[in-house]
Amino acid sequence: MDAIQKTLLAQVADLHEIPTGAYNIRANGKSAGRASSENIEIRPKTDADGIDIIIRPGTKKESVHMPVLLSESGITETVYNDFYIGEGADVLIVAGCGIHNGGDKESRHDGIHTFHIAKGARLRYVEKHYGQGDGVGENVMNPTTVIEIDEGGEMEMETVQIKGVDSTDRITRATLAKDATLTVKENLMTHGSQTARTEFEINMNGDGCSAHVISRSVAKDKSHQLFVSRVNGNAPCNGHTECDAIIMDEASVSAVPEITANVPDASLIHEAAIGKIAGEQLMKLMSLGLSEKEAEEQIVNGFLK
Amino acid sequence: MLELIDVSFAVEGEEGTKEIVKNVSLTVEDGFVALTGPNGGGKSTLAKLIAGIYTPTSGKILLDGLDITHMSVTERARAGVSYAFQQPVRFKGITVRDLINLAAGKNLSVAEACAYLSEVGLCARDYINREVNASLSGGELKRIEIATVLARGTKFTVFDEPEAGIDLWSFGNLINVFEKMHEKQKGTILIISHQERILNIADKIVVIAGGQLEKIGTRDEILPALLGAAGGTCRTLLDKIS
Repeated sequence: MDAIQKTLLAQVADLHEIPTGAYNIRANGKSAGRASSENIEIRPKTDADGIDIIIRPGTKKESVHMPVLLSESGITETVYNDFYIGEGADVLIVAGCGIHNGGDKESRHDGIHTFHIAKGARLRYVEKHYGQGDGVGENVMNPTTVIEIDEGGEMEMETVQIKGVDSTDRITRATLAKDATLTVKENLMTHGSQTARTEFEINMNGDGCSAHVISRSVAKDKSHQLFVSRVNGNAPCNGHTECDAIIMDEASVSAVPEITANVPDASLIHEAAIGKIAGEQLMKLMSLGLSEKEAEEQIVNGFLK
Repeated sequence: MLELIDVSFAVEGEEGTKEIVKNVSLTVEDGFVALTGPNGGGKSTLAKLIAGIYTPTSGKILLDGLDITHMSVTERARAGVSYAFQQPVRFKGITVRDLINLAAGKNLSVAEACAYLSEVGLCARDYINREVNASLSGGELKRIEIATVLARGTKFTVFDEPEAGIDLWSFGNLINVFEKMHEKQKGTILIISHQERILNIADKIVVIAGGQLEKIGTRDEILPALLGAAGGTCRTLLDKIS
């Protein structure tokens, strides 16, 4: 692994070396390392680019790291990864994509992740996206996440995209069975002339299921963001989506909520707030001796923490 | 020492120019000075003029002889002015510890940061990692506000009505904080307040009414008349009713 790839790895996976336990590292369209563990099997797909990750029922406190690194300009790829989380398992999966584009061609990674979470299983999924490079080629990432949670299953998803991704089109679709729980926390920052579109569609099909989507974003310079959330309450359930955006410079942000209750006991809430940094927040930090720019940075960093 | 020399502040309203602060000249020497007077009399505006949130229409403000009249909020803060907001600001994601570190201008150890919280009567362990957001009560936010000002340790601090919006139960504790601050006094404290217990510990009391300086003097010179006047107003009202 070269220095650029190591930087990307640190950014997207907080890893400095090859991880322990199960992992799959993909670099420039090829496998750069893979290891299964006793309870977690990783095997390449035979019919498409990508892998299947099979986690045995009852596996506890284990993790899978699966970073994707693109350091050659002009690579475009579509990867299909399927995750099978066995009954009663409790695991952490850390995925992420780092692109270093030093050339003038578009580098693009489209990842389609499908999660099958079995009865009573618990998954924490962390996904970080990061782009860098001084070329004029664009860094593009279009992640699609498909989630199926069986009875009493639980998934906590954390996605972070803070820097360097020129264009992103993120789609998350989830189906929840009885007593299933989904929590999504999305942190997004766009700058320059970047565009980001993020769309959630959640079908709440089982009695007593619940979903919470919290999106916090900052749009700087001339960037544009679109947040779409569609929640369908098809059974007695609790659904909550929240879009909270800070808008700066000449940026623009749209939030499009769509909540549909198909039964009387579906309780659905959508909250959306878009606005610039509150003047009094800047004043308070400036009164502690920070410059206006430093105050802005602190407020944005805190907001996206 | 803070000097206000002939300071005026006017705003443009629908009914023309309105002078909120009129030709106030005032010297605040080292010690604990209370600023009081009727609501709408210009006290908070004066605090904001000192902190740099507003710039005077005319007049000068000097901090230890340095002209700070046209300095920004940041420049004044760096020159040694601290300002405790009447309505503490809420943030998303910024923790109590972050705020105290920013105030101190360095990363404090947990023990150091906790010391400031203990000073304002908060159990540090429960608060240090909490976000400074709407989940904190008004009284808690006020005390965190005071802790940030303490962490700055500047030579001049202005508190804008620290008791405003505090419930009766928290009030006693808050007064204790100021009593303690008065004992351990460093630099100059200017505190806007209506509370007798705060006025009682002041070395000097300044009365502002109608945007003008009405009276200035020691506690013994000002306080009896002030309390008497309040009684007088009540009597006048009662007379009118009867």
